[in-house]
Amino acid sequence: MRVSMDIELKDVPGQMLLALQPLSECKANLITVVHHHQKRTPRKTVPVKLVLETRPESIETIKAKLEENGIRVVRVGEHRFRESINVVLIGHVVHTGIQDTIDEIDKTGFAEVVDLSLSMPGINMLSSALMKIDAVGKEDLQRALSILKKVSAKKDLLMVLPIDIQA
Amino acid sequence: MKTVYCSILGFGAIGQGVAEVLLMKKEYLERIGLEVKVVAVVDSKGATVNPEGVDLADCLARKKTDGTVALENLSGVDVIRSIPHDLVLETTPTNILTGGAGLQNMLAAFQTGKDVITSNKGPLTLKYRELIETAKAAGSHFRFEATVGGSMPIVNLANEVLAGNRIKSIKGILNGTCNYILTRMLEERASYNDILAESMQLGIAETDPTYDVEGIDTACKLVILANAIFGLDVTYNDVEVTGITKVTPEALEMAYERGHVIKLIGEVSRERIHVAPRLVPINHPLAVGGTLNVASVDTELAGEITVTGKGAGPIETASAILSDLVAIYGTDR
Repeated sequence: MRVSMDIELKDVPGQMLLALQPLSECKANLITVVHHHQKRTPRKTVPVKLVLETRPESIETIKAKLEENGIRVVRVGEHRFRESINVVLIGHVVHTGIQDTIDEIDKTGFAEVVDLSLSMPGINMLSSALMKIDAVGKEDLQRALSILKKVSAKKDLLMVLPIDIQA
Repeated sequence: MKTVYCSILGFGAIGQGVAEVLLMKKEYLERIGLEVKVVAVVDSKGATVNPEGVDLADCLARKKTDGTVALENLSGVDVIRSIPHDLVLETTPTNILTGGAGLQNMLAAFQTGKDVITSNKGPLTLKYRELIETAKAAGSHFRFEATVGGSMPIVNLANEVLAGNRIKSIKGILNGTCNYILTRMLEERASYNDILAESMQLGIAETDPTYDVEGIDTACKLVILANAIFGLDVTYNDVEVTGITKVTPEALEMAYERGHVIKLIGEVSRERIHVAPRLVPINHPLAVGGTLNVASVDTELAGEITVTGKGAGPIETASAILSDLVAIYGTDR
Protein backbone atom coordinates (compact mmCIF):
# COMPACT_ATOMS: atom_id res chain seq x y z
CA MET A 1 0.00 0.00 0.00
CA ARG A 2 0.97 3.61 -0.48
CA VAL A 3 1.46 5.75 2.62
CA SER A 4 2.23 9.43 3.06
CA MET A 5 4.15 10.49 6.14
CA ASP A 6 4.91 13.94 7.55
CA ILE A 7 8.10 13.92 9.62
CA GLU A 8 10.30 16.59 11.22
CA LEU A 9 14.09 16.60 11.13
CA LYS A 10 16.45 18.45 13.46
CA ASP A 11 18.31 21.23 11.63
CA VAL A 12 21.72 19.53 11.87
CA PRO A 13 23.65 17.52 9.23
CA GLY A 14 23.00 13.81 8.78
CA GLN A 15 19.32 13.84 9.71
CA MET A 16 18.00 12.72 6.32
CA LEU A 17 20.10 9.57 6.48
CA LEU A 18 18.57 8.77 9.88
CA ALA A 19 15.14 9.19 8.34
CA LEU A 20 15.81 6.97 5.34
CA GLN A 21 17.59 4.11 7.17
CA PRO A 22 14.41 2.69 8.78
CA LEU A 23 12.68 2.69 5.38
CA SER A 24 15.48 0.74 3.82
CA GLU A 25 15.62 -1.71 6.75
CA CYS A 26 11.88 -2.39 6.39
CA LYS A 27 12.19 -2.70 2.59
CA ALA A 28 9.80 0.19 2.00
CA ASN A 29 9.90 1.72 -1.45
CA LEU A 30 10.36 5.49 -1.32
CA ILE A 31 8.24 7.22 -3.95
CA THR A 32 8.78 10.92 -3.18
CA VAL A 33 10.59 13.08 -0.65
CA VAL A 34 9.71 16.76 -0.33
CA HIS A 35 12.26 18.47 1.92
CA HIS A 36 11.07 21.93 2.97
CA HIS A 37 14.58 23.39 3.58
CA GLN A 38 13.38 26.94 3.93
CA LYS A 39 10.57 26.19 6.40
CA ARG A 40 10.91 25.78 10.16
CA THR A 41 8.31 24.49 12.57
CA PRO A 42 7.77 26.30 15.88
CA ARG A 43 10.02 23.56 17.29
CA LYS A 44 12.81 24.76 14.91
CA THR A 45 12.67 21.47 13.03
CA VAL A 46 12.55 21.05 9.22
CA PRO A 47 9.32 19.52 7.85
CA VAL A 48 9.67 16.67 5.34
CA LYS A 49 6.91 14.89 3.48
CA LEU A 50 7.49 11.27 2.38
CA VAL A 51 5.39 9.03 0.19
CA LEU A 52 6.32 5.38 0.36
CA GLU A 53 5.04 2.00 -0.61
CA THR A 54 5.17 -0.70 1.99
CA ARG A 55 3.32 -3.60 3.54
CA PRO A 56 0.63 -2.45 6.02
CA GLU A 57 2.26 -4.43 8.87
CA SER A 58 5.56 -2.53 8.46
CA ILE A 59 4.11 0.91 9.12
CA GLU A 60 4.25 0.69 12.91
CA THR A 61 7.84 -0.66 12.82
CA ILE A 62 8.94 2.15 10.51
CA LYS A 63 7.32 4.70 12.79
CA ALA A 64 9.00 3.25 15.90
CA LYS A 65 12.42 3.10 14.22
CA LEU A 66 12.12 6.72 13.03
CA GLU A 67 11.28 7.82 16.56
CA GLU A 68 14.24 5.79 17.92
CA ASN A 69 16.42 7.83 15.56
CA GLY A 70 15.06 11.03 17.10
CA ILE A 71 12.75 11.86 14.23
CA ARG A 72 9.30 13.12 15.02
CA VAL A 73 6.49 11.49 13.03
CA VAL A 74 3.69 14.04 12.83
CA ARG A 75 1.19 12.24 10.61
CA VAL A 76 0.75 8.95 8.80
CA GLY A 77 -1.92 8.77 6.12
CA GLU A 78 -2.96 5.96 3.89
CA HIS A 79 -3.25 6.57 0.16
CA ARG A 80 -5.53 3.74 -0.65
CA PHE A 81 -6.40 4.62 -4.22
CA ARG A 82 -3.59 5.36 -6.62
CA GLU A 83 -5.30 5.09 -9.97
CA SER A 84 -8.11 7.22 -11.24
CA ILE A 85 -9.92 7.60 -14.54
CA ASN A 86 -12.91 9.26 -16.10
CA VAL A 87 -15.39 7.15 -18.07
CA VAL A 88 -18.36 8.38 -20.08
CA LEU A 89 -21.52 6.28 -20.29
CA ILE A 90 -24.21 7.10 -22.84
CA GLY A 91 -27.64 5.48 -23.11
CA HIS A 92 -30.53 5.00 -20.75
CA VAL A 93 -28.10 5.43 -17.90
CA VAL A 94 -30.67 6.26 -15.22
CA HIS A 95 -33.58 4.03 -16.24
CA THR A 96 -31.34 0.98 -16.39
CA GLY A 97 -30.40 1.62 -12.74
CA ILE A 98 -27.46 3.91 -12.16
CA GLN A 99 -27.25 2.90 -8.49
CA ASP A 100 -26.81 -0.70 -9.57
CA THR A 101 -24.07 0.31 -12.03
CA ILE A 102 -22.23 2.16 -9.25
CA ASP A 103 -22.75 -0.70 -6.78
CA GLU A 104 -21.15 -3.17 -9.20
CA ILE A 105 -17.93 -1.13 -8.96
CA ASP A 106 -18.15 -0.15 -5.29
CA LYS A 107 -18.75 -3.68 -4.03
CA THR A 108 -15.43 -4.88 -5.47
CA GLY A 109 -13.55 -3.34 -2.55
CA PHE A 110 -10.68 -2.39 -4.88
CA ALA A 111 -12.43 0.36 -6.83
CA GLU A 112 -15.00 3.05 -6.19
CA VAL A 113 -17.09 5.53 -8.14
CA VAL A 114 -16.01 8.81 -6.51
CA ASP A 115 -17.68 11.38 -8.74
CA LEU A 116 -20.63 11.41 -11.10
CA SER A 117 -22.01 14.04 -13.47
CA LEU A 118 -25.28 13.28 -15.14
CA SER A 119 -27.25 14.87 -17.94
CA MET A 120 -30.79 13.83 -18.84
CA PRO A 121 -31.95 16.17 -21.62
CA GLY A 122 -35.44 14.69 -21.89
CA ILE A 123 -37.66 11.64 -21.63
CA ASN A 124 -36.86 9.12 -24.38
CA MET A 125 -33.57 10.88 -25.09
CA LEU A 126 -30.20 9.35 -24.34
CA SER A 127 -28.67 10.32 -21.01
CA SER A 128 -24.98 10.86 -20.49
CA ALA A 129 -22.91 10.26 -17.38
CA LEU A 130 -19.32 11.01 -16.60
CA MET A 131 -17.98 8.81 -13.84
CA LYS A 132 -14.71 9.12 -12.02
CA ILE A 133 -13.47 5.77 -10.79
CA ASP A 134 -10.61 5.37 -8.30
CA ALA A 135 -8.86 2.04 -7.85
CA VAL A 136 -6.12 0.62 -5.67
CA GLY A 137 -3.76 -0.16 -8.57
CA LYS A 138 -3.57 -0.38 -12.35
CA GLU A 139 -4.69 -4.01 -12.50
CA ASP A 140 -7.61 -3.28 -10.18
CA LEU A 141 -8.63 -0.43 -12.45
CA GLN A 142 -8.62 -2.79 -15.45
CA ARG A 143 -10.70 -5.29 -13.48
CA ALA A 144 -13.19 -2.56 -12.54
CA LEU A 145 -13.42 -1.51 -16.19
CA SER A 146 -14.07 -5.10 -17.28
CA ILE A 147 -16.97 -5.22 -14.82
CA LEU A 148 -18.27 -1.89 -16.12
CA LYS A 149 -17.92 -3.14 -19.69
CA LYS A 150 -20.12 -6.15 -18.93
CA VAL A 151 -22.69 -4.00 -17.12
CA SER A 152 -22.71 -1.51 -20.04
CA ALA A 153 -23.20 -4.28 -22.60
CA LYS A 154 -26.09 -5.69 -20.56
CA LYS A 155 -27.72 -2.25 -20.27
CA ASP A 156 -26.92 -1.28 -23.87
CA LEU A 157 -24.80 1.69 -22.78
CA LEU A 158 -21.96 3.13 -24.86
CA MET A 159 -18.84 3.23 -22.71
CA VAL A 160 -16.25 5.81 -23.77
CA LEU A 161 -12.84 5.12 -22.26
CA PRO A 162 -9.72 7.29 -22.15
CA ILE A 163 -7.36 6.74 -25.06
CA ASP A 164 -4.47 5.51 -22.88
CA ILE A 165 -6.53 2.69 -21.35
CA GLN A 166 -6.69 -0.66 -23.06
CA ALA A 167 -10.33 -0.86 -24.13
CA MET B 1 13.08 11.02 -70.22
CA LYS B 2 11.12 7.98 -69.20
CA THR B 3 7.54 7.73 -70.52
CA VAL B 4 4.97 6.10 -68.25
CA TYR B 5 1.82 5.02 -70.05
CA CYS B 6 -1.10 4.79 -67.68
CA SER B 7 -4.87 4.50 -67.45
CA ILE B 8 -7.23 6.21 -65.02
CA LEU B 9 -9.99 3.77 -64.07
CA GLY B 10 -12.79 5.55 -62.25
CA PHE B 11 -13.41 9.19 -63.13
CA GLY B 12 -15.37 10.42 -60.13
CA ALA B 13 -14.05 13.09 -57.77
CA ILE B 14 -10.74 11.30 -57.13
CA GLY B 15 -10.08 10.26 -60.74
CA GLN B 16 -10.70 13.85 -61.82
CA GLY B 17 -8.40 15.05 -59.00
CA VAL B 18 -5.69 12.77 -60.37
CA ALA B 19 -6.16 14.19 -63.89
CA GLU B 20 -5.94 17.75 -62.54
CA VAL B 21 -2.80 16.97 -60.55
CA LEU B 22 -1.15 15.31 -63.57
CA LEU B 23 -1.84 18.49 -65.57
CA MET B 24 -0.63 20.74 -62.72
CA LYS B 25 2.53 18.69 -62.18
CA LYS B 26 3.48 18.08 -65.82
CA GLU B 27 6.55 20.31 -65.64
CA TYR B 28 7.66 18.95 -62.28
CA LEU B 29 7.40 15.39 -63.58
CA GLU B 30 9.43 16.32 -66.65
CA ARG B 31 12.09 17.89 -64.42
CA ILE B 32 12.49 14.56 -62.64
CA GLY B 33 12.65 12.77 -65.99
CA LEU B 34 9.08 11.50 -66.24
CA GLU B 35 6.53 11.95 -68.95
CA VAL B 36 3.15 10.55 -67.88
CA LYS B 37 0.82 9.72 -70.77
CA VAL B 38 -2.74 8.71 -69.95
CA VAL B 39 -3.83 6.27 -72.65
CA ALA B 40 -7.35 5.73 -71.33
CA VAL B 41 -9.83 7.30 -68.94
CA VAL B 42 -12.72 5.08 -67.89
CA ASP B 43 -15.90 5.91 -65.98
CA SER B 44 -18.99 3.84 -65.27
CA LYS B 45 -20.42 4.55 -68.74
CA GLY B 46 -17.40 3.87 -70.92
CA ALA B 47 -13.96 5.08 -71.97
CA THR B 48 -11.91 7.62 -73.84
CA VAL B 49 -8.90 5.94 -75.39
CA ASN B 50 -5.83 7.16 -77.25
CA PRO B 51 -2.69 5.00 -77.23
CA GLU B 52 -0.62 8.18 -77.73
CA GLY B 53 -2.21 9.94 -74.77
CA VAL B 54 -5.68 11.39 -74.26
CA ASP B 55 -6.28 15.11 -73.71
CA LEU B 56 -6.91 15.26 -69.95
CA ALA B 57 -8.23 18.83 -70.00
CA ASP B 58 -10.79 17.76 -72.61
CA CYS B 59 -11.77 14.73 -70.51
CA LEU B 60 -12.31 16.96 -67.46
CA ALA B 61 -14.40 19.40 -69.50
CA ARG B 62 -16.54 16.66 -71.04
CA LYS B 63 -17.07 15.04 -67.66
CA LYS B 64 -18.41 18.39 -66.37
CA THR B 65 -20.72 19.07 -69.30
CA ASP B 66 -21.82 15.56 -70.31
CA GLY B 67 -21.41 13.75 -66.98
CA THR B 68 -19.22 11.14 -68.66
CA VAL B 69 -16.04 10.70 -70.70
CA ALA B 70 -17.48 7.70 -72.56
CA LEU B 71 -16.70 7.68 -76.28
CA GLU B 72 -16.23 3.94 -76.51
CA ASN B 73 -18.09 1.16 -74.80
CA LEU B 74 -15.11 -0.25 -72.89
CA SER B 75 -14.83 -1.23 -69.22
CA GLY B 76 -11.74 -0.96 -67.03
CA VAL B 77 -10.89 -4.63 -67.60
CA ASP B 78 -11.35 -4.19 -71.39
CA VAL B 79 -8.88 -1.28 -71.36
CA ILE B 80 -6.39 -3.23 -69.23
CA ARG B 81 -6.54 -6.22 -71.60
CA SER B 82 -6.59 -4.37 -74.93
CA ILE B 83 -4.47 -1.22 -74.58
CA PRO B 84 -0.77 -1.60 -73.82
CA HIS B 85 0.31 0.50 -70.81
CA ASP B 86 2.50 0.31 -67.70
CA LEU B 87 0.38 1.59 -64.87
CA VAL B 88 -3.26 1.48 -63.75
CA LEU B 89 -4.42 4.38 -61.57
CA GLU B 90 -7.37 2.68 -59.91
CA THR B 91 -9.81 5.25 -58.47
CA THR B 92 -13.18 3.48 -58.72
CA PRO B 93 -15.53 3.75 -55.71
CA THR B 94 -14.98 1.53 -52.68
CA ASN B 95 -17.15 -1.55 -52.31
CA ILE B 96 -16.26 -3.52 -49.20
CA LEU B 97 -18.76 -6.30 -49.78
CA THR B 98 -17.56 -7.58 -53.16
CA GLY B 99 -14.52 -5.43 -53.95
CA GLY B 100 -16.48 -4.03 -56.91
CA ALA B 101 -14.94 -3.13 -60.25
CA GLY B 102 -11.74 -2.20 -58.38
CA LEU B 103 -10.94 -5.79 -57.47
CA GLN B 104 -11.46 -7.00 -61.06
CA ASN B 105 -9.37 -4.12 -62.40
CA MET B 106 -6.49 -4.77 -60.01
CA LEU B 107 -6.36 -8.51 -60.66
CA ALA B 108 -6.56 -7.98 -64.43
CA ALA B 109 -3.80 -5.36 -64.21
CA PHE B 110 -1.46 -7.74 -62.38
CA GLN B 111 -2.32 -10.62 -64.72
CA THR B 112 -1.18 -8.45 -67.63
CA GLY B 113 1.98 -7.34 -65.80
CA LYS B 114 0.89 -3.78 -65.01
CA ASP B 115 1.65 -1.74 -61.93
CA VAL B 116 -1.26 -0.47 -59.82
CA ILE B 117 -1.68 2.62 -57.67
CA THR B 118 -5.05 2.87 -55.96
CA SER B 119 -7.20 4.94 -53.62
CA ASN B 120 -9.80 2.17 -53.42
CA LYS B 121 -10.03 0.49 -49.99
CA GLY B 122 -12.54 -2.23 -50.88
CA PRO B 123 -10.29 -4.74 -52.65
CA LEU B 124 -7.52 -4.29 -50.07
CA THR B 125 -9.92 -4.82 -47.19
CA LEU B 126 -11.30 -8.03 -48.71
CA LYS B 127 -8.43 -9.63 -50.59
CA TYR B 128 -5.18 -8.07 -49.42
CA ARG B 129 -3.14 -11.26 -49.42
CA GLU B 130 -4.36 -12.39 -52.83
CA LEU B 131 -3.65 -8.99 -54.38
CA ILE B 132 -0.15 -8.76 -52.91
CA GLU B 133 0.70 -12.28 -54.02
CA THR B 134 -0.69 -11.75 -57.52
CA ALA B 135 1.28 -8.50 -57.84
CA LYS B 136 4.43 -10.19 -56.57
CA ALA B 137 4.08 -13.15 -58.95
CA ALA B 138 3.66 -10.73 -61.87
CA GLY B 139 6.59 -8.57 -60.73
CA SER B 140 4.20 -5.60 -60.54
CA HIS B 141 4.41 -2.63 -58.21
CA PHE B 142 1.35 -2.15 -56.02
CA ARG B 143 0.99 1.01 -53.97
CA PHE B 144 -1.99 2.32 -52.02
CA GLU B 145 -0.98 5.25 -49.81
CA ALA B 146 -4.20 7.06 -50.79
CA THR B 147 -6.42 4.35 -49.26
CA VAL B 148 -5.64 5.42 -45.68
CA GLY B 149 -5.76 9.01 -44.47
CA GLY B 150 -5.98 10.71 -47.89
CA SER B 151 -3.03 13.07 -48.20
CA MET B 152 -1.65 12.11 -44.79
CA PRO B 153 1.32 9.77 -45.24
CA ILE B 154 0.97 6.64 -43.15
CA VAL B 155 1.57 3.40 -45.10
CA ASN B 156 4.75 4.67 -46.74
CA LEU B 157 5.75 6.51 -43.56
CA ALA B 158 5.72 3.31 -41.55
CA ASN B 159 7.10 0.98 -44.24
CA GLU B 160 9.68 3.22 -45.91
CA VAL B 161 10.53 6.39 -43.98
CA LEU B 162 10.62 4.51 -40.67
CA ALA B 163 12.16 1.37 -42.22
CA GLY B 164 14.02 -0.75 -39.69
CA ASN B 165 11.75 0.27 -36.84
CA ARG B 166 9.40 -2.33 -35.44
CA ILE B 167 6.00 -0.66 -35.39
CA LYS B 168 4.28 -1.41 -32.08
CA SER B 169 0.94 0.26 -32.67
CA ILE B 170 -0.84 2.90 -34.70
CA LYS B 171 -3.76 4.87 -33.34
CA GLY B 172 -5.55 7.85 -34.69
CA ILE B 173 -8.50 9.50 -36.35
CA LEU B 174 -8.90 8.01 -39.82
CA ASN B 175 -12.32 9.35 -40.78
CA GLY B 176 -12.77 13.07 -41.42
CA THR B 177 -16.58 12.91 -41.46
CA CYS B 178 -16.77 11.55 -37.89
CA ASN B 179 -14.18 14.04 -36.74
CA TYR B 180 -16.18 16.89 -38.27
CA ILE B 181 -19.44 15.71 -36.67
CA LEU B 182 -17.94 15.31 -33.18
CA THR B 183 -16.08 18.64 -33.43
CA ARG B 184 -19.21 20.53 -34.51
CA MET B 185 -21.46 18.80 -31.93
CA LEU B 186 -19.20 20.14 -29.18
CA GLU B 187 -18.89 23.61 -30.73
CA GLU B 188 -22.61 24.04 -31.30
CA ARG B 189 -23.86 21.85 -28.45
CA ALA B 190 -26.06 20.37 -31.16
CA SER B 191 -27.40 16.85 -31.52
CA TYR B 192 -25.82 14.18 -33.67
CA ASN B 193 -28.73 14.30 -36.14
CA ASP B 194 -28.56 18.10 -36.56
CA ILE B 195 -24.83 18.07 -37.29
CA LEU B 196 -25.16 15.04 -39.54
CA ALA B 197 -27.69 17.02 -41.60
CA GLU B 198 -25.27 19.96 -41.74
CA SER B 199 -22.44 17.63 -42.84
CA MET B 200 -24.60 16.24 -45.64
CA GLN B 201 -25.44 19.76 -46.86
CA LEU B 202 -21.75 20.61 -46.94
CA GLY B 203 -20.93 17.39 -48.77
CA ILE B 204 -18.77 16.20 -45.85
CA ALA B 205 -21.07 13.26 -45.14
CA GLU B 206 -22.53 11.00 -47.84
CA THR B 207 -26.31 10.67 -48.31
CA ASP B 208 -25.95 7.24 -46.71
CA PRO B 209 -23.50 8.03 -43.91
CA THR B 210 -23.58 4.52 -42.35
CA TYR B 211 -20.18 3.57 -43.66
CA ASP B 212 -18.51 6.56 -41.96
CA VAL B 213 -20.50 7.04 -38.75
CA GLU B 214 -20.69 3.37 -37.80
CA GLY B 215 -16.90 3.16 -37.88
CA ILE B 216 -16.80 0.81 -40.90
CA ASP B 217 -14.57 3.12 -42.97
CA THR B 218 -12.12 3.46 -40.07
CA ALA B 219 -12.15 -0.32 -39.57
CA CYS B 220 -11.34 -0.92 -43.28
CA LYS B 221 -8.38 1.44 -43.04
CA LEU B 222 -7.16 -0.40 -39.94
CA VAL B 223 -7.40 -3.68 -41.85
CA ILE B 224 -5.16 -2.23 -44.57
CA LEU B 225 -2.65 -0.98 -41.97
CA ALA B 226 -2.75 -4.31 -40.13
CA ASN B 227 -1.98 -6.23 -43.32
CA ALA B 228 0.43 -3.79 -44.96
CA ILE B 229 2.41 -2.65 -41.91
CA PHE B 230 1.99 -5.35 -39.26
CA GLY B 231 2.13 -8.24 -41.72
CA LEU B 232 -1.13 -9.70 -40.42
CA ASP B 233 -3.71 -11.49 -42.53
CA VAL B 234 -6.98 -9.99 -41.30
CA THR B 235 -10.29 -8.80 -42.72
CA TYR B 236 -13.05 -6.50 -41.54
CA ASN B 237 -14.51 -9.27 -39.34
CA ASP B 238 -11.41 -9.20 -37.15
CA VAL B 239 -12.10 -5.62 -36.05
CA GLU B 240 -14.16 -4.65 -32.98
CA VAL B 241 -16.19 -1.67 -34.17
CA THR B 242 -18.31 0.93 -32.35
CA GLY B 243 -19.44 4.05 -34.19
CA ILE B 244 -20.38 7.57 -33.07
CA THR B 245 -24.17 7.55 -33.54
CA LYS B 246 -24.84 7.33 -29.80
CA VAL B 247 -22.55 10.18 -28.77
CA THR B 248 -24.52 13.05 -27.22
CA PRO B 249 -23.65 16.77 -27.01
CA GLU B 250 -24.00 16.47 -23.22
CA ALA B 251 -21.34 13.75 -23.09
CA LEU B 252 -19.03 15.90 -25.23
CA GLU B 253 -19.60 18.86 -22.94
CA MET B 254 -19.02 16.95 -19.70
CA ALA B 255 -15.85 15.45 -21.10
CA TYR B 256 -14.69 18.88 -22.26
CA GLU B 257 -15.24 20.35 -18.79
CA ARG B 258 -12.79 17.76 -17.53
CA GLY B 259 -10.24 18.52 -20.22
CA HIS B 260 -11.18 15.87 -22.79
CA VAL B 261 -12.69 15.66 -26.25
CA ILE B 262 -14.42 12.55 -27.63
CA LYS B 263 -12.95 11.25 -30.90
CA LEU B 264 -13.55 8.14 -32.98
CA ILE B 265 -10.19 6.42 -32.53
CA GLY B 266 -8.93 3.51 -34.59
CA GLU B 267 -6.20 1.44 -33.02
CA VAL B 268 -4.13 -1.38 -34.50
CA SER B 269 -1.37 -3.55 -33.07
CA ARG B 270 -0.40 -7.20 -33.46
CA GLU B 271 -2.74 -8.03 -30.59
CA ARG B 272 -5.92 -6.21 -31.50
CA ILE B 273 -7.76 -4.01 -33.97
CA HIS B 274 -10.34 -1.75 -32.47
CA VAL B 275 -12.53 1.26 -33.39
CA ALA B 276 -14.49 3.18 -30.74
CA PRO B 277 -15.20 6.67 -29.44
CA ARG B 278 -12.52 7.51 -26.86
CA LEU B 279 -11.75 10.30 -24.42
CA VAL B 280 -8.71 12.22 -25.64
CA PRO B 281 -7.05 14.96 -23.50
CA ILE B 282 -7.48 18.32 -25.25
CA ASN B 283 -3.72 18.90 -25.38
CA HIS B 284 -3.04 15.38 -26.78
CA PRO B 285 -1.49 15.21 -30.29
CA LEU B 286 -4.51 13.19 -31.49
CA ALA B 287 -7.00 15.89 -30.42
CA VAL B 288 -7.27 17.53 -33.85
CA GLY B 289 -10.55 19.10 -34.97
CA GLY B 290 -12.61 19.63 -38.11
CA THR B 291 -12.22 17.10 -40.91
CA LEU B 292 -8.54 16.44 -40.17
CA ASN B 293 -7.09 12.97 -39.91
CA VAL B 294 -4.26 12.15 -37.54
CA ALA B 295 -2.20 9.08 -36.67
CA SER B 296 0.38 8.29 -34.03
CA VAL B 297 2.82 5.56 -34.93
CA ASP B 298 4.46 4.00 -31.89
CA THR B 299 7.84 2.68 -32.98
CA GLU B 300 10.54 0.65 -31.34
CA LEU B 301 13.46 3.02 -31.99
CA ALA B 302 12.00 6.37 -32.93
CA GLY B 303 9.32 6.46 -30.21
CA GLU B 304 6.04 8.03 -31.10
CA ILE B 305 5.65 9.86 -34.44
CA THR B 306 2.44 11.74 -35.14
CA VAL B 307 1.23 12.93 -38.55
CA THR B 308 -1.87 14.89 -39.37
CA GLY B 309 -3.45 16.04 -42.61
CA LYS B 310 -6.50 16.24 -44.80
CA GLY B 311 -8.07 12.80 -44.96
CA ALA B 312 -10.23 13.38 -48.01
CA GLY B 313 -10.67 15.66 -51.01
CA PRO B 314 -9.82 14.94 -54.66
CA ILE B 315 -6.60 16.96 -54.88
CA GLU B 316 -5.36 15.80 -51.46
CA THR B 317 -5.98 12.15 -52.33
CA ALA B 318 -4.37 12.68 -55.74
CA SER B 319 -1.31 14.01 -53.88
CA ALA B 320 -0.86 10.57 -52.28
CA ILE B 321 -1.33 8.90 -55.69
CA LEU B 322 1.28 11.22 -57.25
CA SER B 323 3.76 10.41 -54.48
CA ASP B 324 3.27 6.69 -55.15
CA LEU B 325 3.81 7.28 -58.88
CA VAL B 326 7.04 9.16 -58.26
CA ALA B 327 8.13 6.46 -55.79
CA ILE B 328 7.78 3.79 -58.51
CA TYR B 329 9.12 5.58 -61.58
CA GLY B 330 11.06 8.63 -60.40
CA THR B 331 14.79 8.08 -60.35
CA ASP B 332 16.23 11.55 -60.79
CA ARG B 333 14.67 13.63 -58.04
